[in-house]
Amino acid sequence: MALLTIDGIGKRFRGVQAVRDVSFAVEAGTIAALIGPNGAGKTTCFNLIAGSFPPDAGHVSFDGKALDGLRADQVCRAGIGRTFQIVRPFNALSVLDNVVIGALCGTRDVRQARIRAMEVLELLHLDGKAGQRAQTLTLPERKRLEVARALATGPRLLLLDEVMAGLRPTEIDEMVAIFTRLNRDTGLTILLVEHVMRAVMALARHIVVLHHGEVICRGTPDAVVRDPAVIESYLGSEAP
Amino acid sequence: MNRLLDTVPRRAIWALVALLALLLVAPAAVSPYLLSALVLMLYFACVGQSWNLMMGFAGLLSLGHALYAGLGGYVAAALWVHFGIGPWLGAPVAALIAAAAGGVIGALAFRFRVGGVYFALLTIAFAEFTRIGFEHFDWVGGAGGFFLPVAAQADPIDLRGGPILFYYLLLALTACLFLLCRGLSTSRIGYYWIAIREDEEAARALGIDVTHYKLLAITLSAALTALGGTIIAFYGNVLSPGDAFGAQRSIEMILAPLVGGIGTLFGPLLGAAALSLLGEGLRWAIDAAGIQLPGLTQLVYGVVLLLVVRFLPHGIWPALARRLRLER
Repeated sequence: MALLTIDGIGKRFRGVQAVRDVSFAVEAGTIAALIGPNGAGKTTCFNLIAGSFPPDAGHVSFDGKALDGLRADQVCRAGIGRTFQIVRPFNALSVLDNVVIGALCGTRDVRQARIRAMEVLELLHLDGKAGQRAQTLTLPERKRLEVARALATGPRLLLLDEVMAGLRPTEIDEMVAIFTRLNRDTGLTILLVEHVMRAVMALARHIVVLHHGEVICRGTPDAVVRDPAVIESYLGSEAP
Repeated sequence: MNRLLDTVPRRAIWALVALLALLLVAPAAVSPYLLSALVLMLYFACVGQSWNLMMGFAGLLSLGHALYAGLGGYVAAALWVHFGIGPWLGAPVAALIAAAAGGVIGALAFRFRVGGVYFALLTIAFAEFTRIGFEHFDWVGGAGGFFLPVAAQADPIDLRGGPILFYYLLLALTACLFLLCRGLSTSRIGYYWIAIREDEEAARALGIDVTHYKLLAITLSAALTALGGTIIAFYGNVLSPGDAFGAQRSIEMILAPLVGGIGTLFGPLLGAAALSLLGEGLRWAIDAAGIQLPGLTQLVYGVVLLLVVRFLPHGIWPALARRLRLER
């Protein structure tokens, strides 16, 4: 069953049609990826799903319910967690408090939220840094904090916006292992926007390729990387 | 370091208890003049703490907070003078009206996405509108001022009495506000306010209804400020639009948290104490030195403020707490 259904969404920013008539679905319990060259409209798609701004056309539905007109906070409470491409930690707060704020989405009780936050931090190997200020983290750690915060809200669908960018290969493999385990153990559905093909190929069961705001290809990873249009527009001839 | 969500160490609690005990017995030991200075100190601690809820927690800069204190004073005074409704009942009504005023300003600002400096300008504008409005509002005395009848006998029911009554009243309010802010800072509301202060969009993505929590901050801050405003109005017995709503009063109200430390629980208290000490100390020193130069006190006061802002940009409390190892 499709957990997330995108039906013909479009968005124009002044003269630029960022996204045009994009439709795809993400099956419950799977990991899907949205790929494409810079400026293809991937992050705009994410923002449309997450309620950062409303689409000009089309509909988004989650678990059979329309998300039309919902604000970002309402979308989060409906069960969709998101990370930002450019990480936005609450710099003045400790790593733990950052995640506690996410966990407070599911409970009013701060003590319970702390317990939940610690669990999530352990999952992302950040528990050793819990007491530090978020400002002091390295970039890979901040990326993990971004994921931890979104995960702490208790989402059924997690939107990951380029969380692998800037990571070393070993760090990428570590992140891949974390998401694989989360997906397997908790049934968490994940949609990722990613340029790092190493991660995409390892994680995604279904890939949607955007180019100039439109879907140019979709399918299994093996089929997508052999598609001539995808090679032409994005992967280049040295595709993996 | 997280200044707001810090757990208070035991040593700080003992220091606080000692301070409270000292303040409780102080009226027996000080001169009437010093008592009136202490009343003002506690008043500025109260309104500073209330202002800090908005700015220190939720990051909303209000430069027109005199609006809420003035409304508190005028509403409670008018209810008593015109309808015979005593201040114990009038104060909560005044708080509600101030909260409504804050709600209107917040709703307008957040609806039209007025933020940062422009939000601060909006708060000044509303305080100024209100000042001008009250200058032409003859029912409460207009520009000439609104006078409360002075009773010959002390009567705590109508808040008639000497400085000692108001001293203890304000001390109680200061303590209550401190406990309330402490409770809020460790609650979900406090966490959410700080998230909004740090990054609104990230806060929204974590399921926080930003507009709702900002409105909560401004209405609560306004209501609490109005309580302080009511007490000081009944202490002073005279309200004038220029003094009650003027920009100068708004600035005075934020000095204590600014000097003490914005976004900290102890900052407004410490700031109020430091400023009173500075003001009274200067007056005494200049008198003792026999210098007769009008405005010298204010001049030196201003220079000291500049130095504090220059060398302790986060206020006295964070620096002091680090020195005394009172923080994690």
